Amino acid sequence: MALYVQAIVNGFLVGGVYSLMALGLSLIFGVMRVINFAHGDMMVWGMYLSYWLFVTAGVDPYLSILVTGSAIFLLGAAVQKGLVNRILDAPHEMQILLMLGVALVLENLALMVWGPDPRRVSTTYALSTFWLGPIVFDLPKVATFGLALALALGLYLFLKKTDLGRMIRAASDNQIGALLVGTDILKVFTLAFGIGAACVGAAGSLMTPFLPFSPSTGLFFTITSFNIVIIGGMGSFLGAFVGGLLVGVSESLGAVILVPSLKEIVSFILLVLILLFRPQGLLGGSR
Amino acid sequence: MLRVSGLQTFYGDMQALHGVTLEVREGEVVSIIGSNGAGKTTTLMTISGVLRPRRGQIEFDGRRIDSLKPAEIVEAGLGHVPEGRQLFPSMTLEENLTMGACTRRARAARTQTLERVYHLFPRLRERRHQVAGTLSGGEQQMVAIGRGLMSCPRLLMLDEPSLGLSPMLVTAIFDIIQEINRGGATILLVEQNVFRALKLSHRGYILENGQIVAEGSSQQLLRDPQVRTAYLGL
Ligand SMILES: Nc1ncnc2c1ncn2[C@@H]1O[C@H](COP(=O)(O)OP(=O)(O)OP(=O)(O)O)[C@@H](O)[C@H]1O
Ligand SMILES: [Mg+2]
Repeated sequence: MALYVQAIVNGFLVGGVYSLMALGLSLIFGVMRVINFAHGDMMVWGMYLSYWLFVTAGVDPYLSILVTGSAIFLLGAAVQKGLVNRILDAPHEMQILLMLGVALVLENLALMVWGPDPRRVSTTYALSTFWLGPIVFDLPKVATFGLALALALGLYLFLKKTDLGRMIRAASDNQIGALLVGTDILKVFTLAFGIGAACVGAAGSLMTPFLPFSPSTGLFFTITSFNIVIIGGMGSFLGAFVGGLLVGVSESLGAVILVPSLKEIVSFILLVLILLFRPQGLLGGSR
Repeated sequence: MLRVSGLQTFYGDMQALHGVTLEVREGEVVSIIGSNGAGKTTTLMTISGVLRPRRGQIEFDGRRIDSLKPAEIVEAGLGHVPEGRQLFPSMTLEENLTMGACTRRARAARTQTLERVYHLFPRLRERRHQVAGTLSGGEQQMVAIGRGLMSCPRLLMLDEPSLGLSPMLVTAIFDIIQEINRGGATILLVEQNVFRALKLSHRGYILENGQIVAEGSSQQLLRDPQVRTAYLGL
């Protein structure tokens, strides 16, 4: 019993950062209707950037999210401005091919620069834990959860309370309407992709204290992000958030119930069930 | 104030406008009348810069606007209440209105304009925190008009604002349009309610198959036998 409770707690903690990552994908899809196939690869570049800052300058990964968030923001904004904005009128398959291309370039660039071997950011607190009753908490996972939650909340407030945030939501609600009231839609697109990418870049850094990674890690997280967004409901903020926690918990339970290498199975079963019985996702509207 | 000449707009290879020419003078209410598919919406969308004309010119206050972006056209003082309202359904009523004041000029006056809109539509104030997608059709149309006013337009284009509303609401909407005009804004109105539209307007244009086929003062058009049979069913 304690074993399962422990697994749920661990999964929940990791799920927080999954939520942040999926929020980025959901935002990009919600506004541009573009699926960011390079999502996981953008995350991996955030991880390498944190790794590099850690080994060369001793910068703590919880601090370097500022750098990685900004850098991956620029990467995402550049992809939108330089590539996606140019083919908005092209058939939809073009966007898919384009984004797959970006994913391949980013992954292979990582392979060239960093090689195929896994890296880890070995902080002094990597193995620190504390107990609450019978449950053990990993300090890095708690810190990561807290920061991911804070960033997700920050994103929520930005979207709800600021003029720019409102413009992003308006563009995702109704593009013609947004054009007619006078929003510069291409700028809004660039900003939205940048923010979505910054989320996943920061999420990458936040995971480095407990997760070894290599260039091939990207694909796994792209798939996990999809999975979460579909389970939670395409384009729904709350959906991506809840979906992240749910997938975190189900992976963690999967590792205990089955074997660790099959941990994703549980979340894929969840995905199939959602697709069968509630295809719009847990919190998705009918839109 | 607004001068459109020889406008030709295409959807892919399909030509929707075959040289539309019309003019709106400061302070006027001008109607565009035409049957389904005549090209009324296409004309307004081209003026707003959402669609690009292949040929022709659009001048606003003596300045060419046919290659400007929609945002720049709004900034210049041309507002558009589109067909089908095109609201932001997941945002609150007040957020929808606020979005109407996107341009620099409008943002500065946002609080006052919002007050003005609530004064014009008291019902909207009561529902300001309600999500727009859950409002009734009439309320949504009021939000669409209010959002159009939020940009402080000097010329407001309205595309079928009374479509699908109850007779009482139709009357209310026409009254509001008159009030907006009296408040100083020039109006370009597209309506399928031809009789009421012409009653309200100074002048009108008849659009058929992407071309203006008749124009004149509202009285002239209301008396015109062809207009009476084709559009008034008399
Ligand atoms: N998005 C589009 N793609 C292709 N053709 C279009 C599109 N929108 C309109 N059309 C065509 O262009 C022509 C003019 O349409 P438009 O919507 O401007 O007419 P309208 O006068 O506004 O009609 P209604 O009274 O039905 O609103 C029609 O033949 C229509 O089928
Ligand atoms: Mg129309």
